[in-house]
Order: sequence, then structure tokens, then C-alpha cells
Amino acid sequence: MNYKRITLICGHYGSGKTNIAVNMAFDLKRQFEKVAIADLDIVNPYFRSKDSAPELEAAGVRMIVSEYANSNLDIPALPQEMYAIVDDKELVSVVDVGGDDRGAYALGRLSPAIREENRYDMFLVVNHFRPLTPDAVSTIEVMHEIEAAASLTFTGIINNSNLGAETTAEDVLASQAYAEEIARLSGLPVVLTTVDEKIAASLQGKINNLFPMHLQKRPV
Amino acid sequence: MAGKVLMKGNEAIAEAAILAGCRHYFGYPITPQTEIAAYMAKRMPKIGGTFLQAESEIAAINMVYGVSSTGKRVMTSSSSPGISLKSEGISYLAGADLPALVVNCQRGGPGLGGIQPSQSDYFQATRGGGHGDYHMIVLAPASVQEMAELTIRGFELADEYRMTTMILADGTIGQMMEPVSFDFEFKAMPEKPWATTGTQGKREHNVVNSLYLSPEVLEIKNIERYEKYAQIAEKEALAEEYMTEDAEIIIAAFGIASRVAKNAVNAARAEGIKVGLIRPITLWPFPEKYFKNCLATAKEIISVELSMGQMIEDVRLATECKVPVSLCKRVGGMIPSPEEVYAAIKAAAERIGE
Repeated sequence: MNYKRITLICGHYGSGKTNIAVNMAFDLKRQFEKVAIADLDIVNPYFRSKDSAPELEAAGVRMIVSEYANSNLDIPALPQEMYAIVDDKELVSVVDVGGDDRGAYALGRLSPAIREENRYDMFLVVNHFRPLTPDAVSTIEVMHEIEAAASLTFTGIINNSNLGAETTAEDVLASQAYAEEIARLSGLPVVLTTVDEKIAASLQGKINNLFPMHLQKRPV
Repeated sequence: MAGKVLMKGNEAIAEAAILAGCRHYFGYPITPQTEIAAYMAKRMPKIGGTFLQAESEIAAINMVYGVSSTGKRVMTSSSSPGISLKSEGISYLAGADLPALVVNCQRGGPGLGGIQPSQSDYFQATRGGGHGDYHMIVLAPASVQEMAELTIRGFELADEYRMTTMILADGTIGQMMEPVSFDFEFKAMPEKPWATTGTQGKREHNVVNSLYLSPEVLEIKNIERYEKYAQIAEKEALAEEYMTEDAEIIIAAFGIASRVAKNAVNAARAEGIKVGLIRPITLWPFPEKYFKNCLATAKEIISVELSMGQMIEDVRLATECKVPVSLCKRVGGMIPSPEEVYAAIKAAAERIGE
């Protein structure tokens, strides 16, 4: 993967953005010295990138997160250090944005600086098995809503189609037509197909740009 | 919706309600159940339904009263503090014998408490919650799939018995994502000759009300309602039994606690400890028979709860205190680990000399 200085991870609520952002942070650290993961999620108080903070910090990834993430204080707080993403030109970051257009509003205040520097990717995470984005047309609707809220345009698609722990290699292969239809309608490339590392081996050679992921621990 | 989809528990409730024919949702946002409202806000306008974010929980539950009076399937949802606010309206629904579905995706309390999961509204749910002599049917899902199934069952029970069904979930089951299938059989909604839909000049007008001017009549109404409750207790009490046949130790746990307990039962069974699980699916009516039956082999019962010990009282009542009942708990939004439950099983095994 050829990363730009800033990678923005956006998409529909529950499409899998946080898992991708966390895995990407580890991947970035293999290529760059100064790496951060920024959590701009103002929608969901649960299942945050902060859940992986011990592993990320041990790997040398800087955590840019609200001090209230994972606490009982349920407010849409942004991290104090969020401007480091745009101000520190040496910093390579992946940004975990909240779901849907409501989550993407948090990007609005950073978007002029991101556009001006123009060293960023903004990826749309899609999951064929989410009930409100079962087809390309409904997914493209969400995509346009996010772009309007973020004041930024997408540069690629990440196909993260999965059924949680029950996902099979066949499910992933079957979702490719969906991802390709989104690519055709939007004119954007499918940059990655993200899969649980447990099923990655059976998909090697069958899918381009396969990105095996180590998934965060499930609660029970 | 063909095939499986990946959903949060809260979303599964919302989609199942729509499939059950619910076209009226009234709510007020509160974590950890807001996905229900968010999902309804997106879906209802597309299918000719009504989504309304009310000005308060109290307003929302009274809108439920209004729609239910017309015989339509209707629901509201909230989390613990919001359910306390709705409890006045739930009592009025009971007093007027109106069917409704109310979801409580519990969080830690009392007061504002916190946004992490809890089961500490068990007393409130199983004893009615509001004022007066009444019950709700209380269903306790333990998976995202069951969130969907019990929502549909909840509407059926509500209509059949003309009362409120509460889905008593918790923050974890509401928030976690699992694959769900919506491949269900649906019962037709029963006729509702009592609904206030206009007489067309052909019948006496129907009255939906909870105010009775005569204490004699109000007494009869209360007694009749409790006769109905006795029938429900006889017919509808339901639990899942897991490895109970020869069990000397029984775990009692519902919802998210039962999933943790099942892991611990498996671990203890691997060591030869005769332990089983009774998972109440209906919390009211409480599945007393399952607990009476387990006394054939059980020497101790452990109630595993995300509360300071609430269901444990019903376990003691059901077993008439014939065996010791101990408590394994975490509170404040914490969930017991399988290791903690396993340790409780080991301690019980030592006490009974297994």
C-alpha cells in the first residue's frame, strides 16, 4: 500500500472503520517513523480505537484521542491534539472518522488544511452485509452525504464486506461484484479488500490488494 | 431481507419491529439504545411509517398510548433513566389494557449512572415499574438474533394479552454486531374489536381509559387482570436449559450474563464438575418450573447477574430456598469474566463436596 501523509477512513455506521484504522496504523508503522492514529469519532462511544491503545502505543503509534473516549462521559468530544494531523507535516496518520455524514462533520474544520496540502487519501469503507447499504446505489447515497458533510471527496473504496466471526471466503468473493459496482458508479478504485487474517490465506491470489486484519477482541 | 446481514442488536430490534408490522415509533435519544431511533428515522419515512423524536420520554410513551388505542402496532425504546420516566405511561397502558412494545437497553445506575451495560433494572421490569398492581411481559434476549426474534414475539404477546411487552436488553447486546437472519414465520395480527377507530354509526363507542369512578368496578378490573396474568404464567414462561440433566450446580443467568456463564460451564464441565445453566428467556413470567425441576439433582444455585442481586430473589422464591443460592456479580457497567464465574463454580463445588 502506497500511503499518503493523511489517510481518512470514513463510511457507513458499523461498516468496520475502526478495525481498519487500527490495522492500518500498525501497517503505517512498518513504513514510517512518525505515525499516529487519530480518533475523530463523535458518534459512537463504544468499540473505539482506544481499545487497542496498549498494543498501538507499544508499537510506537501516537494516539490522538479524546480523553473521554471509553469513559462514561457520553459527549461528542474531539481530541485536544487533533490539529497535529494537519500542522505536523512530518506526521503520517490514519484518521478514524465517525459513521455516516453525522460522523464526517468532525472533519469539516480540518478539511481546508487537508485540501490545501493535498497529500491525503479518503477511503470509503463498505460492507455488503450491512442492512442499510445492501447495494451499490444505497452505498453511493451514503458516500455523497459523507462528502458533503466532510467538505472532501473520496479517493478510493475499501471493501470490508463481512458477517463478523461467521464470514467465509465465499462471502468475501461474493461481495466483489458489489464493490466493483460502487467503483463503476463512483469512478473510484477499490484500493483494498480487508479480511480477517484467519481467512486471508484462502483468498490469496483470488483478490487483488488483499489486506489481512487482526481483529479487536470481541466482548463475549 | 434475504440471507444474513451484520447488525447491531439495537438495529435488529428496529428491523424486526418493522417486519412485525410496527409503523409507529416514538422515542427520545439515550445511549446505549439510540441506534433503534436512528434506524427508525431512516427506514420509517421510506415505508409510510411514522418516526417521531418526541420532546421527552414522557411524551413518547403517551404517543404510544394514543396509537395503541387505535389498534396499531407501536413501540418506544429507551435506556434505564429514560424507562423510569416512561414508567408512569406504562402504568397507564396497563390500566387501559393496551398492547405496546417497550425496549429497555439497560445501562449502569442508579441515577444517570453510566453508559456501560447493566441488568440492574430487573426489579423495575419484572414488578411493573410504575404505580399500581400490574405486570409487563419481560423478554430477555441473549444474542442479536434473539433481539430480532423476541421483538416479533413481543408484539404477538402484547396483542394476544393486551399488555406491554418489555424487551429487557443491555448495552452490550444492543451495541454488539452479529449476523442475523430475518427468515421468520409471522402470525397474523389478531382482531382488535376494542380499538377506537370510529363507530361508523354501527356499534357502541369504545372507551380506552384507566380511570374508574367506582372502586367496586376497579377492584373487579384488577382481579380480572391478575387472572389473565396467572394464565400467562402458566402458558408463556420460558427458559433455555444447558447441561442441566445431571447438574449438581445450576447457574441462573439471563442476557449477556448467560453468555459469559455458558463459557464458564463449558470450562468446569471439562474438569468433570456437574454444572448446568438455566437461562430465563421470560423474566416475567419467571420460569419457575425449570428451577423447581432442577432440584432433582441440584445442590446449589449460583445467580450470575450484572446487578447487586435482583433475579436471585426470584430464584429463591421458585426453589422455596430448598438449596443455597449464591450470587456472582459485577455492577456499574462491568461484566463478570468467564474466569470469575468459573471461580464461583469451583467454590460451590467445594462447598457441596464434589
